[in-house]
Amino acid sequence: MNGTSQLSHAFIVFVSAIFTQNILLSYFLGFCPFIGVSREVKTSFGLGIAVIFVMTSTCLLNWLAYQYVIEPLNLHFFRFILFIIIIAAFVQFVEMVIERYSPSLYQRLGVFLPLITVNCAILGASLFMVIREYSFIVTFGYGLGSGIGWFLAIIAMAGIRQKLANDRIPRGLQGPGITLIIAGLMALAFIGFTGVLSGN
Amino acid sequence: MILTIFTAVIVVSLIGAALAGVLVISEHYLNDYGRCRIMINDERELDIEGGRDLLSLLASEKIFIPSACGGRSTCGLCKLKVLEGAGPLLPTEEPFLDETERQSNVRLACQVKVRGDLKIEIPKELFAIREYTCKCTEITDLTYDIKLFRFELIEPKTIDYIPGQYVQLQAPAYKKSSEEVYRAYSIASDPAEKNLIDLIIRLVPGGICTTYCFEYLKVGDEVKMNGPYGEFRLSETDAPIVFIAGGSGMAPIKCMLHQMKNTQNKRKATYFFGANQPRDLFLLDLMKEFEKQLPDFHFVPVLSEPNGAGHLEYEKGLVTDAVRRNLKNATKSEAYLCGSPGMIEAAIKVLLELGMSEEKTFYDKFE
Repeated sequence: MNGTSQLSHAFIVFVSAIFTQNILLSYFLGFCPFIGVSREVKTSFGLGIAVIFVMTSTCLLNWLAYQYVIEPLNLHFFRFILFIIIIAAFVQFVEMVIERYSPSLYQRLGVFLPLITVNCAILGASLFMVIREYSFIVTFGYGLGSGIGWFLAIIAMAGIRQKLANDRIPRGLQGPGITLIIAGLMALAFIGFTGVLSGN
Repeated sequence: MILTIFTAVIVVSLIGAALAGVLVISEHYLNDYGRCRIMINDERELDIEGGRDLLSLLASEKIFIPSACGGRSTCGLCKLKVLEGAGPLLPTEEPFLDETERQSNVRLACQVKVRGDLKIEIPKELFAIREYTCKCTEITDLTYDIKLFRFELIEPKTIDYIPGQYVQLQAPAYKKSSEEVYRAYSIASDPAEKNLIDLIIRLVPGGICTTYCFEYLKVGDEVKMNGPYGEFRLSETDAPIVFIAGGSGMAPIKCMLHQMKNTQNKRKATYFFGANQPRDLFLLDLMKEFEKQLPDFHFVPVLSEPNGAGHLEYEKGLVTDAVRRNLKNATKSEAYLCGSPGMIEAAIKVLLELGMSEEKTFYDKFE
C-alpha cells in the first residue's frame, strides 16, 4: 500500500471506530467505568479525555512492541501479558508527568488515570489492532478513533443520566439497571451508522 | 517448546525490568520538588525536602500528628488546617470532613502532598507530643488473649500525660509486614510512675501490630512509641462516675483509677466490666484493692455466659442490663466508656434512657 492509500485507510478505520464499530457500544468493552463513572458530564469528560489519550498512545506503543519483540521472537501467546505491563507502566509514567507539570490537570484526572489501567477497552483496542494487522498509521487512526468513540458514548450516557436524575424510575431499575437499558438503546442507535462507510 | 517458554519468560522479565527502571528513574527526577518551606502557626518554619505526604514529613521533623491507620486515609484522625498551598480537596479526604471543616481548610495530613511552600496550623498540645524509645521489661498474661506489656522509658526518661490518653506503638518491619506500622493503645499504668508505660493489648487475629506484640516482642526488646494523644479524660466535677468497659478497654479506666487514688478523689464511682465468661475476667485483685483504697468505688463484673454453677458473685447478662439494674437514675452521673463502637452505642442508648444528658457521656472508641 502506498502512502496515500495508507492515510485514507487510516481515516476510514478512524471514522468506523468512532461510529460503526464503537468499541463500547458494539464490542461492549470498558463497560465497568462506563456504568460507574457516568453519573455526571463533568467527571465523564475527564475520564473520556484520559481514555482517548491513553488508548492512542498505548496502541502505538503496543504496535511497536508487537512488531519488534513479539513477532520476531514468535511469542504471540505472550502478547496479553506484555500489553498489560506496557499499559500499566505507561499510565504510571503519564500520571507522574502530569502530577509534576500540570497540577490542575492532575487534580481533574488524578483518580481516573489509575482506573484506566484496568479498563479492558484499552487492552481490547491493542488486541484488535494485532488481529486486524493494522499498520502503524492505521493503528494511530484506530486508537484515536476508539478513544473518541468511547468518549462520545460515555458523554452521551452521562448527559442522559443527568437528565434522568430527577425522573421517577421504578425501584428495581434504578442505578445500573436503567443504565444498561439505556446502553442497549444507544447501541441500537449507533447501529444506524452501519452502511455510512460502505454505502458509496 | 522449553526454549520458547524460556525466551518468553526472559523477554517479559527484561521488558518488565526495563519499564520499572524507567519508572524509578523518572520518579527520581519528576518527584523532585526541591526544598519546601512549611510555616507552622506563624511561628515555626521548617525547611524540608518536598515530594512526600505532610504527615510523614512532619513525623520526620519530630512533630507527631495523631493517626491510627498510619497514613492510609482510613482513620481520619490526622486532621490539621492547611491555610495555603494544599491544592483542592481530594476524594480520599471527603468522607472524613464535614461542611464546617471544609470551610476552615481542614485537611488530612496523610493525603496532602507537599509540592511547594505550605502554611499550616497545628493545635498547641501536639507540640508536646514526643517520640519515646523504651524497653519492654515485663509481659504478663491477663487472659487467654489479653496481655499486659510494661515498657520502661529510655529516652526521654519520663512522660507526662493525662489519664485516659493513648500512645502510638511502633511495630517495626518483621516477617508479616514489610514496613513499620503505628497502632494506638491507651496508657494503663499508674501516672505517678513517670518512667513506665503499661499497655493492655488484646490479640487481633491477623493484626499486624498485635501479632508482633504477642509473637515477636520479647522482654528486653527496644521499641518506639509516640504520644500522648487524646481527649478522653476525667472531668473536674463531683458528679458520680459510671465506668463501662470490657476487655482491653480496661486500660484507660485503670489509669484513671490510679489517678483517683493518688489524688484522694472522693467521687462516687462504679465500674461495670462486661465479659463473656469467667475466663475473660482479669486484674480482679487490683480492683478489690481500689475498692478498699478509694472512698466510694465499686467494681461490677458482668458475665453474659456464666457457664454452669458457681460464680454467683457476678452479675449476669449484657453489661447494659447490669447498668440498667444497678443504676436506677443517671441524671446526676457522668459516664466514661471504652470499647467497640457497638458496645459504646448500646451503652449510651441505655444511659440516655436512664436520664443522663449526652454531653455527660465521654468515650474512647476502638476503630
